[in-house]
Amino acid sequence: MRALDPLRGLPARAVVLAGLVASSVAMAGSPQPIPDTMAQRTQPCSACHGKEGRATQEGFFPRIAGKPASYLYNQLDNFRSGRRAYPTMTYFVEQMSDAYLHEIADYFAQLDLPYAPPQGKDAPADELARGEALVRQGDAVRGVPACVACHGQAMDGGGVPGVPALLGLPRGYLVEQFGAWRTGQRKALAPDCMARVATMLNSADITAVATWLAAQPVALHGPALAGPLPLECGSAR
Amino acid sequence: MTGWRLTWPRAIVGLAILVALSAALVAWLNVRGEEPVTGAAEAFLATPEQLARGAYLARAGNCAACHTDRGGAAFAGGKGIATPFGTVFASNLTPDAKTGIGAWTSAQFWRALHNGRSADGRLLYPAFPYPNFTEITRADADALFAFLRSQLPVAQANRAHALRFPYSLQASLAVWRALFFTPGVYEPVPERSAQWNRGAYLVRALGHCAACHSPRNAFGATRDSLELSGGLIPLQNWYAPSLAASAEAGVADWSNDEVASLLRTGVAPRGAALGPMAEVVFRSTQYLTDADVGAMTEFLKSLPQVPAHAAAAPAVDKDALAHGAALYKDRCASCHGADGEGGRSAQGVVYAPLAGNRKVLLDSPANLIHIMVNGGYPPTTAGNPRPFGMPPFGPSMKDEEIAVLATYLRAAWGNAAPPVSALDVLEAR
Repeated sequence: MRALDPLRGLPARAVVLAGLVASSVAMAGSPQPIPDTMAQRTQPCSACHGKEGRATQEGFFPRIAGKPASYLYNQLDNFRSGRRAYPTMTYFVEQMSDAYLHEIADYFAQLDLPYAPPQGKDAPADELARGEALVRQGDAVRGVPACVACHGQAMDGGGVPGVPALLGLPRGYLVEQFGAWRTGQRKALAPDCMARVATMLNSADITAVATWLAAQPVALHGPALAGPLPLECGSAR
Repeated sequence: MTGWRLTWPRAIVGLAILVALSAALVAWLNVRGEEPVTGAAEAFLATPEQLARGAYLARAGNCAACHTDRGGAAFAGGKGIATPFGTVFASNLTPDAKTGIGAWTSAQFWRALHNGRSADGRLLYPAFPYPNFTEITRADADALFAFLRSQLPVAQANRAHALRFPYSLQASLAVWRALFFTPGVYEPVPERSAQWNRGAYLVRALGHCAACHSPRNAFGATRDSLELSGGLIPLQNWYAPSLAASAEAGVADWSNDEVASLLRTGVAPRGAALGPMAEVVFRSTQYLTDADVGAMTEFLKSLPQVPAHAAAAPAVDKDALAHGAALYKDRCASCHGADGEGGRSAQGVVYAPLAGNRKVLLDSPANLIHIMVNGGYPPTTAGNPRPFGMPPFGPSMKDEEIAVLATYLRAAWGNAAPPVSALDVLEAR
């Protein structure tokens, strides 16, 4: 195999000149200035999660702005490690370091943005009532803990690192997450408390809970969780 | 030969002899160049130098890309490699005696790399790139063996391959090998410098660049005569561009620093590593020494380059171009610039210039469509720890819009490449 060297023998100045001409043709001008910020770096996230991660009207992709940093980091790591399965998310994070995933999680966690008005207040009253009962009291007979026992009385995450808020999320997204937990498509760090909860609920329970949660206005920053979590949760450590 | 007539019994005997001879030939071709392996597991004592060297070589060869499953234990295998013939599952390389290579000898490990034959005598499928690894030196194979033996043993049984008939048969594989595989070692080219030869060894053997960057025939074999001249990666809709063409990914006219930047950091002034190459940089080339990157650069720059053919600007419908220009202004210009000039932050060029961009202009629009539909980030590396990325436009744009926009990109600012149709987009999505 022989190397071709088309420039051999040409005077050095001509080569440099030719190079300059070639590069000026190839680059139509010098690149425009781009802000060196995390907001700019996370532009790809906005395509689905909305501007600044505040979700869109599209109704599936969850809001990520203002979620706890450790929750967001865990999810990014879960996609990277295969505990959660969504090809687009995996594709975006699979060649990212822990440090960068933390920085992305921290960036979205510190965004404190207004929420869109809740959806689905006109759902059937009995469905809303069933959902509210499960969220606030759980079901002692079946051993289902109340959502608020972990996620806080205001359903804002209760101030526990790794525990997300439940409000401001689309109903369809919530239903799908329960489904994914029940089938093992979505996993969390062991012990996987949400997988246990999801298997205790039937599909009518899940629909009711998702419908009621999606219909609530977001009250940010409720009281911190008073007692310990009713289940062992690997992601809330 | 008077009186000789072809009769059925004679035809059958003749055919049987022919089959037997072919089988013998195939069998012989399959064991040629094999050295006898020692019977019992030897006491393999690794030196500290071998361990360090093996760790480095495992990265240079990117073993983990296939042998570490997503979220799985390092080198414990289990990952499925999709091929046009079915799925091949990577094997357990940890030193577990039952399920890994704990009971292997270094000679058996060498035979797997060099001859494509497993410790139990079975032929290995070339999804394990032994057509490239055959050129690895025995010393490097031993270092890799030493390193893998130093890993934590993980008891994880290998998954059976899910290949379709007749690819599932060892006999079919034997015929494939007889046709397409020749064991060999890397023979240094005496007229070339030691650095060039080192680069050639890294690219051809350990780096197995040809596994993606060379075209494959209908039987999945890469073609030596077209070394590194570009290939469509099976089932991934990514085209690994030619490293021997200045219009594709040839680096003959790049500076050494630009090549080093791409391989070490994942980004370079004229473009970033995305998709499968992002993984290669992330797991492999970012860890290479300056000397090895320099050697690879020297080799890659010496590849004979197919010159760019001056393409005549294709005739594109004016209305379509205007539509594409409007989409560009709306969706792309804020990052890539009003005139496709790209974008630069404090950390350098972060959005590639699209004017004169080879990714945009490749004959096959597969990569362009892939990037427009799925977006992506270059890998995080020590040299580029906080990359900027491209959003996915697949969710918000129809096939027709992506086609019109891609066609515009290939015709604007002096670019001249054939238009992209909605069907192209549908096929590549």
